[in-house]
Formats: sequence, structure tokens, C-alpha cells
Amino acid sequence: MRGATRARWAVCALSAALAATAAGCGGGGGGSGVVRASWGDPQNQLEPANTNEVQGGKVLAMIFRGLKRYDPRSGAAENMLAEKIETADQQNFTITLKDGWTFSNGEKITSKSFVDAWNYAALVDNKQKNASFFEYVDGYDKVHPSSGRATAKTLSGLAVKDDKTFTVKLRTKFSTWPDTLGYAAYAPLPRAFFDDHAAWLQKPVGNGPYVIDSYAKGSAMKLTRWDAYPGDDKARNSGVELRVYTDNNTAYTDLQAGNLDLVDDIPSAQLKNAKADLGDRYINQPAGIIQTLVFPMYDPNWSKSGTEKVRRGLSMAINRQQITDQIYQKTRTPATDWTSPALGDQGGYKAGLCGDACTFDAASAKKLIQDGGGLPGGRITLTSNVDTGSHRVWMDAVCNSINSALGNDKACIVNPVGTFADFRNQISEQRLSNPFRSGWQMDYPLVQNFLQPLYYTDASSNYGKFSDPQFDKLVDEANAEGSQDAANAKFHDAEKILAREMPAIPLWYQNGSAGYSERVSDVTLNPFSVPVYEQIKVG
Amino acid sequence: MGRYVIRRLLQMVPVFIGSTFLIFFMVYALGDPVAALFGDKAPDPATAARIRQELYLDEPLWKQYGHYMGQILSGNFGTAFNGQKVTELMADAFPVTLRLTLVAILFEIVFGITLGVLSGLRRGRSADTTVLLLTLIVVSIPTFVSGYVLQYLFGVKWGIVSPSVSPEAPFDELLLPGMVLALTSLAYVTRLSRTSIAENSRADYVRTAVAKGLPRRRVVTRHLLRNSLIPVVTFIGTDIGALMGGAIVTERIFNIHGVGFQLYQGILRQNSPTVVGFVTILVIVFLMANLLVDLLYAVLDPRIRYA
Repeated sequence: MRGATRARWAVCALSAALAATAAGCGGGGGGSGVVRASWGDPQNQLEPANTNEVQGGKVLAMIFRGLKRYDPRSGAAENMLAEKIETADQQNFTITLKDGWTFSNGEKITSKSFVDAWNYAALVDNKQKNASFFEYVDGYDKVHPSSGRATAKTLSGLAVKDDKTFTVKLRTKFSTWPDTLGYAAYAPLPRAFFDDHAAWLQKPVGNGPYVIDSYAKGSAMKLTRWDAYPGDDKARNSGVELRVYTDNNTAYTDLQAGNLDLVDDIPSAQLKNAKADLGDRYINQPAGIIQTLVFPMYDPNWSKSGTEKVRRGLSMAINRQQITDQIYQKTRTPATDWTSPALGDQGGYKAGLCGDACTFDAASAKKLIQDGGGLPGGRITLTSNVDTGSHRVWMDAVCNSINSALGNDKACIVNPVGTFADFRNQISEQRLSNPFRSGWQMDYPLVQNFLQPLYYTDASSNYGKFSDPQFDKLVDEANAEGSQDAANAKFHDAEKILAREMPAIPLWYQNGSAGYSERVSDVTLNPFSVPVYEQIKVG
Repeated sequence: MGRYVIRRLLQMVPVFIGSTFLIFFMVYALGDPVAALFGDKAPDPATAARIRQELYLDEPLWKQYGHYMGQILSGNFGTAFNGQKVTELMADAFPVTLRLTLVAILFEIVFGITLGVLSGLRRGRSADTTVLLLTLIVVSIPTFVSGYVLQYLFGVKWGIVSPSVSPEAPFDELLLPGMVLALTSLAYVTRLSRTSIAENSRADYVRTAVAKGLPRRRVVTRHLLRNSLIPVVTFIGTDIGALMGGAIVTERIFNIHGVGFQLYQGILRQNSPTVVGFVTILVIVFLMANLLVDLLYAVLDPRIRYA
């Protein structure tokens, strides 16, 4: 064991010598100007197209920049590496890159850096979890067939024109497609990624304002500012140290002890104290996350006509305000539509589209449910995983709310599932015959991302198998619109159909919460509830 | 003695196979882990199928187990979902947990036995009553309560130590977690040694030793203590195994990246190579600790002999 300790020191000294910096060995400290932030162990390898959760997303947000970038405040998609993205028919796009961008290893970023990365992401052999983001590109079914081997290695819809230009042909019209390109899966990749994949994974190289200094998987990552970064969102601190915590209570304690500068996941038990402990160093702002209760429309009990009244009635029986105030201490906001306020006006958020159906009214709820023929089988069951997110608590509260509205103690019962994986399997195998929880975190700040994947006929995450020809038609029309405002208007019409049919009850919009130490300032969360690390000032 | 050891080692083989299979079966029974890898999104069927194929999840249970055991025998413990080899995880985690266990065991031995001897020799007097009362309090407080309270007091309120342990986990940072981890066992060790000492101090051989005119110090250390330690050694031996694997709560509270952390992560993500790999090593640790305890009996009590 002494040997092990000694070996660690030797490795440490060696890496310090190689990186020509002594910072990082010997734990604790964190040099001056370095932000010490809490982190969780990323579930997957840190490839851009393989990272679909927030912990890996934090790193990608620091070391990658794509064609577009979402403004950390408004969420609006703005050109980053793209000079311009042009289309005449909403289906064929020509993308021109800006000059002067390189990866942090010095390699120039060309249109090939993008096309190669996208082809890699889409090819089924590479098992990238975000492959489905490329399903809109022509030729996706060849490189990513739903079964069997790929019949092509590259997407036929992508073509390199020259070093600075490439074209994309989509399968269908999709006017707001360029605004999806800020998602991490669309990041460019350097040759090193393809030439020596294993080495790249040990220490990913990108083109963002930070470079990875050292990465000890499962425990910590140290990033330093890339001084030659060509973008205008340069880092305002000298680096970030991400520390893995298994228990967010410990991270919070470390913040209180001055051992840590930034905690972006305040434990629910501490929400009551956070305001008093941290004062204005506590952040609580909307994030692009919504929680819903989805009805299994594949079950005849829920799909026959008349039951929309029952579904609307159930929605009206839930006292959202009381639950978000008392259980979540206002870190959730009662939902009045199926999207998120984090989208902003430009992204297509419009409050109140759900109308009366999302307003608590016990008497009307009872009447509606009776008119619709009562609850199928006399009662309903709510299902969710309960290993995270205080799901057990709100399910009990929702059931109480429904029971008291209906004046029946047995109208609603809770079915807690132990692990997320088990819950997921029950949903994908359509084993549930009653409403179940569905959370959705947006990938890009567009109303389309909240509606099409979830409620379009046979869409990828349409768990309840809701299908409505009029809704599909409106979504198709919206995607073909030339301007974003016109598209948003169509999407709002589509949402009104959801309000009528109620295939999923919107519960609440989820906020991002964070706390920071007195050592740092200018801490904000972006609409994806990821801290904007490069803006943080130290001292 | 040699034959006894060999026989015990051979007995370990079926125990080892049986326990690994049970654990493999239990992780398997939790269901398919692939769906959870995709978060709130529905898994893309083609990608999910490829991942299942790569992890041998598309095979029946017995084939998966056979494949896994074959890998283990050639030294390959598989990979976690984040691409790290399980052997790498072990190389990181076991030294940390071993250090933590050592600190805890030292606390148990030094404080537990000392307190036990003191109260055992002063049976019925106020010192004895005080120790008994204290151990009762300690036993009744769960680790997560004492952990969070001590962490807050020492780490935040008084600022004496850092509330969390750095990834390198040097000995000095492990003192507080080690103490928290040891507290309950320490109380048991105190009570065990107290009872044992109290009982044996009335034994014939102690009376003889006193009658021989031996100094009290020699009577206590050479005669009384040596014989009274047998149950205590048994307890500490099995405790090593328990502490190595059972530090999940303490490791979480103090953010120690040891075995408990890896096991917790592995169970949450339903990654069978991680869980089975770590538990396999823990099973071996348990078996070896038990063997060591049995051999120590012979050293402590010359009357015990293994043929």
C-alpha cells in the first residue's frame, strides 16, 4: 500500500513535469483563479455523440464549440463556427464556416472535421447513443438501419464542397433544423479522435475555451483556460477543477466549509436552508425540463372516445401550486403548457396554452371525470422510479390531491419502482396500463424538441403511443414554415390539440438550482441547467 | 497445520463459485441496464441492440455467467459503462478502502480493547458503568447520523478538518471517517473484551498466577488478556471483511472514492462486471480473514491445535 501511494506520487510528478505545471498534485488547494466545482461521474465515455446526460455535458460545454451556440441567458441559437447557414427550400442547407478556428492541438477546423464527426456519430457500428439526432439527414437509414448491418459507411446527405463549405440534404423539410446544431452531438472532431481513439478518450481534445489538463476517471478532472482560444467567449478564470461527489449533501457541506466554489445540485433536504445559508449566492432559475404524467394511449381503456374528459379531469384535480411550493420549495413552477419557459418567446414558449385543464378546480374535475365515464376500473395507479428526484413524495401528493377532489380515498394509488432502469424497461415494453411519469430535458431550445419527439405518431420518445393526424399535420406544416415565428404559431396550434386530448398531463417546469462560494462571482446557469463556467470570475 | 490450511483453501473454491453465481444472478434479475443508459429518451433500437451484443446481454443467463467466469480466470474483469476496466477501478478503489479499514481497525483495537480491559477489571464500579452507558449510546446511533453530525462539527463549524476526502485519500484525511466507521464496532469490541475479562478474572489459572506472586501487570497482560482476546479477535477478523465492503455509507458521506463508491455506482447503473468483480474480491477477503482468525486462535491459546 505504501508502494501504491509512492507510485501515485511518481505518476503525479511525471504528469506535472510533462504538463510543465505543478498544479494539481497533492490534492486540496486549487490554484488561484481556479473554480472548484462539483461533478458526477459521467455515465458514458466522453464522446460528443455518446454523451446524453448533464455531467458529461458539462465537460463538452467547456471543451467544444459547434456551428451554433445557445446564448446562456436567452437560449437563442447564434452562429459560432458557422459563418452562415443557407437554404432555399427548408430541406437542402449550405453551411459556410468562419475562418481562424482550430482545435486546441493546432489542427485547423475544416468542413471535413464536421462531416467526419457526423458520419462517425450516425454509423450504427460506433454505438453512439445520440445517433438518432442524425435521423433527419438523408441516408440515415442506410448507415443506421433499425436491424441488421449498415449498407453504407457515410451519410449520403452530407457533401464536402471545399475546406469551408459543406452541404446537408435532409429527408424532409425542417426549417428550424439549423437551430438544433448547437447540441453537443454536432460538434466537430479532430483527426486525433479517429487516428488514436483510445488516447483521445483518455484526454479528449476539442475546440472550446478550455483544454483538459488531467482526467482521473471517476474522481476528478482539471481543465485550464486555452489562451489561444479564437472565440469571443474566452474563459474569465484560469481553470476549472471538477470533483466527483457521490452524495450532493457532501458537496453542499464542502461549499459551506469553503472547500468548494460551486455546487449545481442542491440537495432537496437543504433547499429550505439554502436561501438562508447562501443569500444571493443561491441560484434558482428555469431550466429546459418539464415533468409530465403520460397516459398509455396504447391501452384501449384510455384511448376510447370520451376518456379525454377523464384525462382532462385528472389534470384539473392536481393542485400544482401547493405541491411545488411545499415539496419543492419553489424550485418547480406549475406547468401551463407542454414546453418550458426556458425557451423564451423566440424559442416558442407561450404560457397558458393548456388553459383551464391545467388549473386546479376540484368540482369541475369531479364532474368531468364522471361525464367521461369515470376512472377506468374505478381507480388509477401512478408509476415512477423513486431512486432520485423525490418522485415518491410528489406522487403521494398528486394522489392525495386527486383523491380529495374526487372524495374517494382509493381513487389513486402510487406504484413506486426501485431503479430507473427497471422503470424504463416497463415503459418500453408497454407493461403499464395507467399513467406514468415522464421527464423531458430539452436538447436544443426549440418548441419542436418538446413536441415532435414526444407526441408525433410513432416518434422516438412517444411512450404513450399518442397519435392524432391533425397534430402530425400541424407539426409537419410548422417544420416547413420559412420563419420561426410562423413555425411557432403552428406549434402553438398543435399544443391546443394536446390541451383537448390531454395525452400527457403537464405537471411542472423544473428549475436549475446552484450555490456558490464568496470566492467566485458572475455564476449563472444556462437553459440546460449547466453552469456557464467560462463566465465565472474568481476573487 | 499445513494440511489444515490446504483443506480450508480447497473449501473456498465452491464457496467462491456459489457466491459469484448468486451475485451475478441477482444483478441479472434487476433487469436490462441498457434502457437506462439513454436517460429520458427512448433507446434507439439498433444502438441498444449493438450495446447488448457487446456486453453479452443478448445471451441466456448461464452463457453470460460462463463467459464472465472464463474472462475472470484469464484476469479480465470486464469494463464499466464509462469505458474503464474493472481492474483499473479496483486498483484505484481497494488501496483507499484498505487505508480506511486500517484506520478503523486501529481505532477498534486501541480504544476498544483498552476501554474493555479497564471496565472489565473495575467491574461494577462507576468507570465500568460509564463505559457501558457510552457504548450503549454509540451502538444506538446509526452511522449516517454520527457521520453527518461529526462532519458538520469538525468540518464546517470548527473547521479543523476538511469535510470531504481528496481522491488521493492520505491517512491524515481518513482519521475522521475511520473513526466514524469504527464507532459501532468499537462499542462491540469494548463490550466483548469487558465481558471476557470479567469472566476470566475469576478463572483458576488467574488465581494460580496471583498465588504464585506474579506482579499484577504480568498477570493481566500475559495470562488474563491473552486468553480473553479470543472472542475479540474473532470479531475483529470478521469485521475486516465487513468494513472492506460495508463502508458504503461512510464513503458516501465523506466522498471517499473507495470500494463502497464503486459498488454503489455499479448497482445504480446495473453494471454487472463492476458489482460482481468487486464482490468477488470481497468474498476472497472475507474467506482469507476468516482463515487468518482461525490460525490466530492457535497462537493465542496453545490448547487449540490443528491437525
